[in-house]
Amino acid sequence: MKTNRLLAWIALAIGVIYFVVPLLGTFEFSLRMRRGEYSFDAYQSVFSDMQFRETFGYSMMMALLTIIFGMLLIVPTAYWVRLRLPQIRPVIEFITLLPLVIPAIVIVFGYLRLYNSSSWLPLTNSTSGTNALLMLSYVTLALPYMYRAVDTAMRAIDVATLTEAAESLGAKWPTIMFRCIFPNVMSGVLSGAFITFAIVMGEFTMAALLNRPAFGPYLQLVGANKAYEPSALAIIAFAITWISMGLLQLVSRFSKTAPRKA
Amino acid sequence: MSTLIDRRKVVDWLGIAPFMIFAVMFLILPTLYLVTGAFFTPDGQFTFKNVADLAHPSILSAYWISIKVSVASSIGGAVIGFFLAWAITLGGLPSWIRSGLLTFSGVASNFAGVPLAFAFIATLGRTGLVTVLLRDIFGFNLYSTGFNLLSFFGLTITYMFFQIPLMVLILTPALDGMKKEWREASEILGASNWQYWRMVALPILWPSVMGTTLLLFANAFGAIATAYALTGASLNIVPILLYAQIRGDVLHNPNLGYALALGMIVITGASNVLYIWLRSRAERWQK
Repeated sequence: MKTNRLLAWIALAIGVIYFVVPLLGTFEFSLRMRRGEYSFDAYQSVFSDMQFRETFGYSMMMALLTIIFGMLLIVPTAYWVRLRLPQIRPVIEFITLLPLVIPAIVIVFGYLRLYNSSSWLPLTNSTSGTNALLMLSYVTLALPYMYRAVDTAMRAIDVATLTEAAESLGAKWPTIMFRCIFPNVMSGVLSGAFITFAIVMGEFTMAALLNRPAFGPYLQLVGANKAYEPSALAIIAFAITWISMGLLQLVSRFSKTAPRKA
Repeated sequence: MSTLIDRRKVVDWLGIAPFMIFAVMFLILPTLYLVTGAFFTPDGQFTFKNVADLAHPSILSAYWISIKVSVASSIGGAVIGFFLAWAITLGGLPSWIRSGLLTFSGVASNFAGVPLAFAFIATLGRTGLVTVLLRDIFGFNLYSTGFNLLSFFGLTITYMFFQIPLMVLILTPALDGMKKEWREASEILGASNWQYWRMVALPILWPSVMGTTLLLFANAFGAIATAYALTGASLNIVPILLYAQIRGDVLHNPNLGYALALGMIVITGASNVLYIWLRSRAERWQK
């Protein structure tokens, strides 16, 4: 057993080196902008860049819209499948896993052919149409994570009893949906939301091919043209992912204790 | 009576209509459009020429490099990820290490794309931290050995940064499912540690390990942002070739682009079908 523990420490050390060295390297590099001494100049340069603020804001907005639209689509669907159509659950699950099978670049390629300006639904003809298409493509990307998070949360509540209780008290479906179901699966909604946020903030392919001024293509542009700013941006991006995942953990910890209290 | 039942059924199916419409419009139709497009000429004639044209040397080499990078990074990620998952489940490490590593894996597996490329340029690029340290302290010039971050090897190392955490995340539950009784039973029967692993643990684990490795393969095969930010459009891997094709008809045949996409779907699809099959085998032991 002693050799076991030693081996475990060695494995852990290798893993930690693999994970930590690139992050240290990035951080160190991001401080090197001023010659001969460390400084936060690269960060200052990043934050004062108008384009950084614009693209960051744009992606934030997109992430929010994606989360709202995605949840309005997925929560009622997951609810309905549990309540009325349990037999098609495998089908829905299969569909929600498809974005993991079909590469994002293939999906967006299909969009460009199906919804271009000379097609039956010319979404890419206008800015708002393209924005909508980008938002929908993000919903597609986030589908596997959102659906699983919501469905897991829904497993913890008794959907049928909740619905019957609400109905017998005279609630119509909007009341059932937004005052019974949504609050009860909030933990799932939130954890789906944080993953979605992390995905959308860093996404490159779809935004680039749809020509939208998102954060991902901006990162790529800076990477191609500047030396120290990219590292600063990588650290910022890592921090964003870290914060989203940290919040996710917090939420899932709360949700584990919540049903027991009830 | 029968009309009543029908109406209820109609309402039932209407409930999932929005989701179905969304899935068909933004997931299934776009994919089908490309898949069928691969079998037609630009003016609408049925043909196998597009698929046959994939045999062009530059396209074949793109597929080959993509497959090599995906295989190498998934196997590398699987091996290191396996040992890490083993270390935190059965290695007897303090429990805070386990939760710490799992949280970190959640972050790192989502830390792909453009920023990841920056991180590796800052670390292993020509003036990166590790390159400089090796040169200044050990007098070892990494780039004189023929190493290049913008190559097969560099790409593999970079991809492994998100492959390892994914392996850890998926394999940890499988290792948690290993029952103590199996080990005790084999020890009572006089098995050595090596025999236990070879004849009990690995046969139980291999569907999970293989399945996850296939998932990692598909994960690497479809990835483009990291490679694009690392190398620009210079590295000839399939996603980048397809990206260039979408941006401006570089293959001089739009329907050849569809065939390229079809090839990607076939490869990632096949590895996912195998993954699902292996997972169903693995679940027999995870009751």
